[in-house]
Amino acid sequence: MGDRLTIRDHTAKLVVLGVNFVSRLTGRGSGTVIGGRLGLQVSPGLLTSLSRNRSIVLVSGTNGKTTTTSMVVAGWGPGTATNATGANMPAGHVAALSADASPQTVLEVDEAWLPVVLSATRARVVVLLNLSRDQLDRANEVRLMAERWRAALANVGAGSMTVVANANDPLVVYAALGAAQVLWCDVPTTWLADATSCPMCTGVIEFDGSDWRCVCGFHRPEVITTALGDELTIGGVTVGLALAMPGEFNRANAAMALTALGVFGVSPTEAVGRINAVDNVAGRFSLRHWQGHAIRLLLAKNPAGFTAMLSTIPYDDSDVWIAINARIADGRDPSWLYDVGFESLRGHRVFCLGDRRLDLATRLDYAGVDFVVVNDESHLQSGDEPVRLLANYTAFSDWLARSSP
Amino acid sequence: MIRITMIYPELLGTYGDVGNGLVLHQRAVRRGLSASLVSVGPGDEVPASDVYLLGGGEDGPQRLAADLLASSSFGEHVRDGALVVAVCAGLQILGRTFSVEGDDEYAGLGLADVVTRRGTQRSVGELVADVGGRTMVGFENHGGVTTLGEGVAPFGRVRMGRGNDGQADGFRTKNIWATYAHGPVLAMNPWMADLVLEHVSGESVAPLATAADLLYEERCRTLRLSRG
Repeated sequence: MGDRLTIRDHTAKLVVLGVNFVSRLTGRGSGTVIGGRLGLQVSPGLLTSLSRNRSIVLVSGTNGKTTTTSMVVAGWGPGTATNATGANMPAGHVAALSADASPQTVLEVDEAWLPVVLSATRARVVVLLNLSRDQLDRANEVRLMAERWRAALANVGAGSMTVVANANDPLVVYAALGAAQVLWCDVPTTWLADATSCPMCTGVIEFDGSDWRCVCGFHRPEVITTALGDELTIGGVTVGLALAMPGEFNRANAAMALTALGVFGVSPTEAVGRINAVDNVAGRFSLRHWQGHAIRLLLAKNPAGFTAMLSTIPYDDSDVWIAINARIADGRDPSWLYDVGFESLRGHRVFCLGDRRLDLATRLDYAGVDFVVVNDESHLQSGDEPVRLLANYTAFSDWLARSSP
Repeated sequence: MIRITMIYPELLGTYGDVGNGLVLHQRAVRRGLSASLVSVGPGDEVPASDVYLLGGGEDGPQRLAADLLASSSFGEHVRDGALVVAVCAGLQILGRTFSVEGDDEYAGLGLADVVTRRGTQRSVGELVADVGGRTMVGFENHGGVTTLGEGVAPFGRVRMGRGNDGQADGFRTKNIWATYAHGPVLAMNPWMADLVLEHVSGESVAPLATAADLLYEERCRTLRLSRG
């Protein structure tokens, strides 16, 4: 049949497009997931069919998926298909591929769905950013995820796929070693608290700067393709990284995005300009306005993400707003607040928002940080400068929806 | 001086349980009590202490922690009477045996006549238990079913969630308090943190107003509502 869809797949694709069109028209949904779900019911093999004859990049990991996906898309240039923010499971992928036939395709993939999506799409490149504790009430264990990734990557035939992996994260390395071909990236990785115990033998991993090894012989990969310090070098070539977005973690995301594009012959020195220009991704880092307040919206949804985001807050006495929810998409257990070093916010005054503002207030109280519990949001105060608002997943969506550009 | 020691937070601290140490230390020093907070890493000597804190952890790290503690002086200090507050994986390794990752049995520290087997499903959700007439709130996330030996008392009676087996939560001996509740449990339940301080200092502690009081009230109210 070549690249032609079967009648069943074609019908399924029309279902996806039709249902999503109606969903958007009636304002019932963002029009990305419901059609995909129905399409997959009509043809369970739809993701495979729609993936044929494309060059697909999958991006997965605990933090930075959405931003890195956007960076690969921007770096690749116009005519690149991708999924909508948050729609990072097969229904969202099917919706994206039905709507856009571009051969260049970049898909953000939920960690737990990576094995399924990998085998369905036969991706050319898989980017593995990092693995750390997140929503443990749903995902249970980080290590289990590394184990599943490793098995899935080992199932792919040699020569057809390249993995771009973070060499500084032992859990990612453990997973990536399942693959036949890996490009290792030496990028800043601050959260290693989930990798104290070796994924290979459970022994204690010894860290020395960014180097690490275990007595069992499991160690940091030696052949590094991409190195990010003050400068970024990819394959020995220095690349002029100057991102519009803040944070070491975004520089790491960009380095891995450029490495992924290199597999397709896209020159990093040429693509970097387009990636440098990315200034907000689905509202992250964007300047918003709400009831007379100017707000810089920052998404931080787990200990590693929060730790990274706190590092972008300057040492001054500015007010900071933090909104915490514990709904299903956030993980229903906010005990992770104690894994975040909120002590760095001493000197700031923090306004506690969201369903779980008292959990946050308690954490800040014990951290010795000045806090205000905001039960009535009309009492919020801010100065002339935009106030930073750190919010976890559903709280972020809530603030993005209620504010305007 | 109240010596507070956190055991291997790198291995037994997956669910924010490291907060228990912070809470105890803060509630002591804010009352003018002298207290120290020490974290013991894998391979470190386990120092003498008034209270040891063990948290939750993933299967591999839990086994590693059990092995490391078995060859340390931890058991000796506990037999000498130091208080242990243990949560989840920390609870399981104090017993005779525990099973994780399949049905293989691993040796625990044998500090209590308690056995943990792998249950048929994980217990994930709010955990509420009656502890000596007071309500303990927290969040459990584990795959274990814990059976208490003859004469071993549960730490609490389950009112919501599963704990050991749907009836009892954790266990309590003369100097071991063990529960399945994360939260961290001493942050969620300020009264329980103060019971720990009173136990180790041997005297009653003065009232202390913290945001935790509001949090505890709110959790109790919310959980009662959601039970209809």
